[in-house]
Amino acid sequence: MIVQSIKMAWEAITSNKMRSFLTMLGIIIGVMALVVLVSLVNGATGAVTSEITALGNDMVTVNIRDDKGSPMRLEDLDELAVLDAVGEAAPSGSMNATAKFGYSDVTVSLYGTTPAYYNVQGLHMKYGRFLKTADVENASYVTVLAYNTAEELFGKADVVGEQLTIGGRSFLVVGVLEEDTSLFASMIGGYSAYAPFTVESRMADEPYVTALSVSPGGNTDETESQVESFMLARFNQDEDAFRLMNMSSISDAMSTVTGTLSLLLGGIAAISLLVGGIGIMNIMLVSVTERTKEIGIRKAIGAGKKSIMMQFLIEALMVSLMGCLLGLALSWLILEVATVIAKTIAFSMSIGVVLLAVGFSSIIGLIFGLYPANKAANKHPIEALRYEG
Amino acid sequence: MSSESRPIITMTDITKVYTVGGEEVRALDGANLTIREGEFVSIIGPSGSGKSTLMNIIGCLDVADSGEYILDGQSIEQYSEEELARIRNKKIGFIFQNFNLLSRMSALANVELPLIYQRIHMGDRREQAAQALARVGLTDRSNHKPTELSGGQQQRVAIARALATNPAILLADEPTGNLDSKTGEDILALFHELHRAGNTIVLITHDPKIASQAQRRINIMDGRVTEVGA
Ligand SMILES: Nc1ncnc2c1ncn2[C@@H]1O[C@H](COP(=O)(O)OP(=O)(O)OP(=O)(O)O)[C@@H](O)[C@H]1O
Ligand SMILES: [Mg+2]
Repeated sequence: MIVQSIKMAWEAITSNKMRSFLTMLGIIIGVMALVVLVSLVNGATGAVTSEITALGNDMVTVNIRDDKGSPMRLEDLDELAVLDAVGEAAPSGSMNATAKFGYSDVTVSLYGTTPAYYNVQGLHMKYGRFLKTADVENASYVTVLAYNTAEELFGKADVVGEQLTIGGRSFLVVGVLEEDTSLFASMIGGYSAYAPFTVESRMADEPYVTALSVSPGGNTDETESQVESFMLARFNQDEDAFRLMNMSSISDAMSTVTGTLSLLLGGIAAISLLVGGIGIMNIMLVSVTERTKEIGIRKAIGAGKKSIMMQFLIEALMVSLMGCLLGLALSWLILEVATVIAKTIAFSMSIGVVLLAVGFSSIIGLIFGLYPANKAANKHPIEALRYEG
Repeated sequence: MSSESRPIITMTDITKVYTVGGEEVRALDGANLTIREGEFVSIIGPSGSGKSTLMNIIGCLDVADSGEYILDGQSIEQYSEEELARIRNKKIGFIFQNFNLLSRMSALANVELPLIYQRIHMGDRREQAAQALARVGLTDRSNHKPTELSGGQQQRVAIARALATNPAILLADEPTGNLDSKTGEDILALFHELHRAGNTIVLITHDPKIASQAQRRINIMDGRVTEVGA
């Protein structure tokens, strides 16, 4: 009987293709809204979250805003590094300077730091080496360049051993980092170079540590609280003296925001699906009236209430599900195009959102098909037969 | 011969009253009727005499207000709609004045329709429907839609649909009313053929010429049944 009802529904739907399509349109748009919006948000969130994880993994950064007359020195970082929840600690002084090689020049962010920075930030070398302890102790004019900085200045990446000037001083390139293809890098842009803390602090005329980053020795939350109490102790329990940031707390906050966002967008999409459902009900009611005679004939030759009910219910369900399918196909197309446009983010439909769309469409089809189907099933056979439309 | 065979329809004191605007219309007023297996009976009466009302009750599309109706050994009482539908499906083959075919479907699919509601499987259904179409001589029109058939052919398809389930009776309400006289005669010839093959046929008409073709003629007047001839 179900197979028959499906066949009958198919015949009814295909016998008036334009109308069926227009009826489906509400569902198509609703499903598209749901799937595309949720997938876009999920894709962006996924990309950003993985960026954050890749970027600073789980480091804790501290910015000192007010040293209270007892500024931090490079040596003070050793006290921090011995805390058991702290892996390594590295300063990160920064200044802007012009880097020159031959006739080309570029404004770089010059970071003054120590060898620990390499692990704390999770960097990778392409050529040469990172800064060494001796470079810091001797205040050697050596620098490590970001990949894009090397390319911009030298027109190539393998520039270890080359000499260039930064802020008017001559530096020896000892290493080049791997190319950073992440979304963050392309968003933030800019060129960076790394020099020994002692060199950069002299150039920037800032002998103290104003910013530092710490890698965890184990649990990141533990690290955060230990660093915080260390800093509080250092600055007379003044919370305003410094600011502590943790990448995982940033990504937590971010997923809360995007979670709310996808819920909101999903809600809007659900409303448009609901409107689509009302469209189905409307057309089904018209269809039931138009097909009164058919219902009468079917009843006369032996169709019971249940069969008629089933026929129209399945028809509503089928319109809804076909709309859903078309909506999914279009969503897939849109997401493919979005992926091409966004370049760095791959948008895809998750099984979850597909199931959600199918489930929601089925429920809509059933609920809004119920009333028309019931109306059809309850027609009196004699009156239905007498109907001339 | 016919008086010895088993009764298919037995009606005793059947009444059907419609109330329109506070006024009672006694569409059937104590009708008594017996139709036996294998009979070809015509029911004739003027407009408004209660023919269609009687046919609706015989065909289980409606139930009487009072009186007893036994169809094929089964007493039809206040059954639910679902049960009445099942009885119609099994025991009645309707043939209407305006054919009442589903225009979207082929002739074969129309004939299959009552078999679908009997939950007969595809293969058997096709075969049974094809046989019924063959009996009315329309095998070569199986895949035509009703709109591609003449009136007479459409009525043949309707007759095939009524025959397909092997019902206890064929119930025809003015089956030739929408046809020209030549085509009407062809349809009547088909009824005679089916009658000879053993089908029980009840033919409702207001045309005495058609009514007289039946083996037995029943008159209906103001909701009361009287028998003429024998
Ligand atoms: N649904 C109804 N509501 C009210 N009155 C009805 C209804 N159906 C039939 N009647 C009345 O019952 C009486 C018998 O009607 P019926 O349709 O049985 O007549 P008929 O013999 O079939 O007439 P015709 O030859 O014109 O088809 C008529 O007076 C009619 O007005
Ligand atoms: Mg009538």
